[in-house]
Amino acid sequence: MTNISRRNLLKASAAGAAGVAAAGVSAKALAKSNGKRVVIVGGGIGGATAAQYLKKMDSTIDVTIVEYNKDYYTCFMSNEVIGGNRDIESIHFTYEKLAAKGIKVVYDTVTDIDAKGQVVKTKGGKSLAYDRCIVSPGVDYKWEAIEGFTPEVAATTIPHAWKAGPQTKLLRKQLEEMKDGGTVVVVAPPNPFRCPPGPYERVSQIAAYLKENKPKSKIVVLDPKKKFSKFGLFMDGWKRHYGYGTDNSMITWINSENGGTVSAVDVASKTVTAAAGKFKGDVVNIIPPQKAGSIAFKAGLTNDSGWCPIDHKTFESTIHKNIHVVGDSSVAAPMPKSGYAANSQAKVCAAAVASLLNGTTMIEPSWVNTCYSVIAPGQDGISVAMVYKYEGGKIVKVKGSGGLTGAYDPELRKREVLYAHSWFENITADTFG
Amino acid sequence: MKKANLSLLASAVLAGSMVASSAAVAFDRGEMLANTCAGCHGPGGISHGPATPSIAGNSEAYFVESMEAYKSGERPSTIMTRIAKGYSTADFEAMAAYFAKQKYISAKQSTDASMAKIGEKLHDKYCEKCHTEAGKLAEDESGFLAGQWKPYLQYNLHDFAVSQDREMPKKMAKKLDALYKKHGQEGLDQLVEFYATK
Repeated sequence: MTNISRRNLLKASAAGAAGVAAAGVSAKALAKSNGKRVVIVGGGIGGATAAQYLKKMDSTIDVTIVEYNKDYYTCFMSNEVIGGNRDIESIHFTYEKLAAKGIKVVYDTVTDIDAKGQVVKTKGGKSLAYDRCIVSPGVDYKWEAIEGFTPEVAATTIPHAWKAGPQTKLLRKQLEEMKDGGTVVVVAPPNPFRCPPGPYERVSQIAAYLKENKPKSKIVVLDPKKKFSKFGLFMDGWKRHYGYGTDNSMITWINSENGGTVSAVDVASKTVTAAAGKFKGDVVNIIPPQKAGSIAFKAGLTNDSGWCPIDHKTFESTIHKNIHVVGDSSVAAPMPKSGYAANSQAKVCAAAVASLLNGTTMIEPSWVNTCYSVIAPGQDGISVAMVYKYEGGKIVKVKGSGGLTGAYDPELRKREVLYAHSWFENITADTFG
Repeated sequence: MKKANLSLLASAVLAGSMVASSAAVAFDRGEMLANTCAGCHGPGGISHGPATPSIAGNSEAYFVESMEAYKSGERPSTIMTRIAKGYSTADFEAMAAYFAKQKYISAKQSTDASMAKIGEKLHDKYCEKCHTEAGKLAEDESGFLAGQWKPYLQYNLHDFAVSQDREMPKKMAKKLDALYKKHGQEGLDQLVEFYATK
């Protein structure tokens, strides 16, 4: 700022001329008419990250975030709460730090997005006009897919606990109350779904708890897939820690080829019907099939897949202009539906939106995904990573980068547990301030 | 008087609009790349722990050298080799320039004062010559030791001195070997406690 050349000063004066005229009217009118209003729908990882990075990139952008829940519990690390190794308060976040940075936080439910009129409408009766809208609603569930499984059942009896909070506590309580020798039935979802290694980390965490406290108990995993994320590493870990593959295995995994696909549940008897037969559990956890968050459907942002197609560089919807979709709801494959992916996508989207609002050229994007899973508390952590670039109009994996944790090395696996916890501390600091 | 006020207002608005446009323009490829690191290394490269190191404020040379060593596999790691393989030398340089500009802040963690006191003496004897001021100067072109998270310091000292998986300059190898032979794991732990207090 101290070395403004005469030429730049002249350029800046010309650019500032319109601003001077407006300032003569009123400061409020200037703020309203700067054409840089962004409304963010959803305060999860994608939404909160986008809000913070937009403000950081250009503090003159008027950022409003709409989220119905004042208390956010991260889905990641909630498996450690279920396993009894983490207090639920440690995964609890609020929006006060965002508000302190000048982001307007509106606690309300978005009922509709008028794409033509560029207005976000809320249950509380608000109409929020935007120049650009960022939608990050996470996932919703295909309740019709499993007969007998409803939102009420999930909230009271058979939790999905796939959005952390009260259901995480409920599942933990049920495990604590279960007798030694009981059976835990975990129903895994079909692809694509939020947090691909999540169900199997959950099984590992529950197994660790049972091994220590209720060693006669068993876990049955019913899976509509043939394989899953980090498959070899989980299988190896389950063998090492939980006797997998032996007669005394704590975990039984039934995949699609062996009838693991579930069609119904009888709530009263806690009995799940799979292709292979009926499975009665003392504790049942059903992670249902998933689709984009409901507002994405209401706003007409989804296609036949049930997810939101987007431009891979800007994350702008290919259906509605001026609306961007990030996180689990977007179709951003080869990136997975993970918290780190949502965080990484939100920053690229923020850069795109800031460039579009300022009429500048967007910097070439770059993304990373890292996902940690803890197979055995304090001992055995694993990870998958990938670097992505934009090429030929698509997000592509950078060849040679990324991949899985290598062969078992006790020292390195211990380090990965602490790195997993560091991942958690840092991504939440980055997202919620 | 009216005229004077107007010009004051004009310059205020001018400054405002310049700040706004520079805020948007200042974002470069280095920051775009660096943003992907924040999820693990913390916003601005300041790690909230408990193990992942802070990478803010390091010298550009050290940053690039480290990333190249991860990329080739020369420097042992859990995940960094896999990540580093996703970038070119130009990418590393862009990231390095961004992180070098960020302010380094020492980690807040519990330390053992009596161990740190012995650690300080060990540092003075074996390390200070190259890692001046407890290893908190970017000019030394080595990673920051002062105020780094303890597990990270432990892992690296282990890889250098105990498992000897990691290459180091000849002088350093000589000094560290002498320290480990004489003071063992306890000496390494004391050194870690000392750096953590700085």
